[in-house]
Amino acid sequence: MARECPAETEIYSGRQRSAAAAKCAFSRPRKTLRSFPALKLPLCLLLAALLLAPGLAKAHFLPPRSENIEAQKRAEERGIPVPTELEVFDRPNDDGSSVLLSFEVPTADEDTAVMAQASVDKVWQDCAEKPVLLSELPRHIDEPRYYSGEELSPEHAQQYSLTVDSVMLPGEDGALALQPLETGRTYSFRLMLYKNGGDPAAGRIAFLAGDAAPLEQWFNTAFLNQVLMALVFTMIMMGAIFAARQNPNLFIRRIAGLEAVDEAIGRATEMGRPVMQVNGLDPLTSASTVAAVNILGRIARRIASYDSTLMVPCVDPVVMTVSQETVKQAYAEAGRPDAYRSDSVFFVTDQQFSYVASVCGFMMRDRPAAIVYLGAFYAESLLLAETGAGTGAIQIAGTDSQHQLPFFVVSCDYTLIGEELYAASAYLSREPMLLGSLKGLDIAKAIVMLLILLGTIMATAGQDILTRWFTPL
Amino acid sequence: MVFLKRQFPVILAFVFGMLLWLQYYVPSKASNSMLESFSSSWLITLAGCALILGVFSAVFHHVEKVKARRAGFGYSLITLVCFGITFTCGFILPLIGRIAPGSGIEPIPTQPDTPFDWIFNNVQVPLDSTVFSLLAFFVASAAFRAFRARSMEATVLLLAACIMMLGRVAFGEMIGTQTLNLSDAAEWILNNPSTGAQRGILFGIYLSQVALALRIIFGIEKTYLGGGS
Repeated sequence: MARECPAETEIYSGRQRSAAAAKCAFSRPRKTLRSFPALKLPLCLLLAALLLAPGLAKAHFLPPRSENIEAQKRAEERGIPVPTELEVFDRPNDDGSSVLLSFEVPTADEDTAVMAQASVDKVWQDCAEKPVLLSELPRHIDEPRYYSGEELSPEHAQQYSLTVDSVMLPGEDGALALQPLETGRTYSFRLMLYKNGGDPAAGRIAFLAGDAAPLEQWFNTAFLNQVLMALVFTMIMMGAIFAARQNPNLFIRRIAGLEAVDEAIGRATEMGRPVMQVNGLDPLTSASTVAAVNILGRIARRIASYDSTLMVPCVDPVVMTVSQETVKQAYAEAGRPDAYRSDSVFFVTDQQFSYVASVCGFMMRDRPAAIVYLGAFYAESLLLAETGAGTGAIQIAGTDSQHQLPFFVVSCDYTLIGEELYAASAYLSREPMLLGSLKGLDIAKAIVMLLILLGTIMATAGQDILTRWFTPL
Repeated sequence: MVFLKRQFPVILAFVFGMLLWLQYYVPSKASNSMLESFSSSWLITLAGCALILGVFSAVFHHVEKVKARRAGFGYSLITLVCFGITFTCGFILPLIGRIAPGSGIEPIPTQPDTPFDWIFNNVQVPLDSTVFSLLAFFVASAAFRAFRARSMEATVLLLAACIMMLGRVAFGEMIGTQTLNLSDAAEWILNNPSTGAQRGILFGIYLSQVALALRIIFGIEKTYLGGGS
């Protein structure tokens, strides 16, 4: 099938400009990368990805059809709008469950409705229970998960996109019911146009769209840029980690909140009071909770060696179970397995404000000398932090919930902002491989910042090639 | 034993981490059903089992506190009594109803007039609202502490806060000219410096999350197994 890519000329010219700009952007840091030879390969890959990705995109659309002349005449006689650019094709990047009808209706009004029909055993069957208003249909550009940007010319992007994933077929009882399209089977499709909001009595006209089969895809090409970026990022990280193994004396900037952990545990030990850690409200599927449990392991190890006491009230039973194992193992590795108390990590409740009431009660009664809030927090952040501040405890908070950050900054002595939460485990351990991953992260961040700067300049100059590269292809 | 405790979890993390990462890029039916089985079957089964552990942990914690007569053990006693009543209303009574002769096998009732729902609607919900409403007072006390102009930065914070507070109420629109009033200034602060700063933080967070995922998938970060080294 003939396919065209109208923006091809623009893409090639953009590619050349992108190459020149990228070369310019990366020429300066090359000198500083001499100490990280492993990073040269991922950076070259990133450059290649930037250059090649726009050209890898494919157009999905057939040229406009010139059929349905009879139907067009009848529609004009009966005052029913006529579709143009009508075509049907397998929906790209899906699981083989649907096809798409793509069309434009220049003369449509607000009461124009549409419905697809499929031919099954040479009988036309409805593909929906009732027609849908044209105003409620998405356009191609509204579905970036499947395609957008490079794959669509501006004309195609604005066309209507009618997804067809089922057809009316007789069931076991003989009654017609919607049943999914068979993957791989070729159907003929036509588009029914209605006026008066889809009232069949007001008349309807069918326009032949063509044949198509729903096909299963094994790779989402709209995510190609994400795969390439993920691979490049992984290689940068690995390169930095291997570089750190060869040169373990890496400089990591001082993070006051993490420097204060030792001070807080020492203070708790001197005062004979416990250290409390709150792991946030999210379950273990949240990255911030994983980071919090990682840090809990480091803190528990120090608490075990200082012979202090730990309290970890949990809101999620899975987090509780993992935290218990982490703390238990940390005590064992610190050489104090006997000091581990099984009730130091305990479940409170999974209700947000019941949890707050309970933890605030623990704070007021047990008076922990240090309170550490790590993970994801919501409306309970200020309730907890203010109560903790009222008890006079040293408070250290770390969260990626950016709306709660101001509350922690106000109420706590130290706050780890965003990424510092994820760096904490590496910072506290000082293990070269973990510190290397922080270096890799910094390099990746620098590259992203450069790309943002470059993209801003290019977009200001009217070139959106870099901008489009960071949207689904 | 060391293999099961240290190496096997790392292998599992690598296999499942890579599998779910690749799944994101594969739109096929097999890929989607695998994700569904992870999220709807495995996770729910794990969470259900862990919830039983959680309940035992909470009860054990409070029982220990009462037995040891530790500070505030009275609250633990109340917690245990309330737990007993709610457990009876929510689990025992429906179970008796289900196995009672002639009652037939019925699903666990969820009508609003069951004792369990009465407890939830008339005890749990008002208590939740009460705790949430305390937030207003804590915001005031925190704002009082934060908005003292002790330094240049604190003064800027104070000014921004004043503009925001006045700009978000109807009175703010009356202060200033028709073309530029406090409401517009508040909107500008939200849309420009605040959004810019938040995006900066978000970039760091997202990249760090990817880095954390890589550290765990490749077995570089093993602290969640305890200790670390």
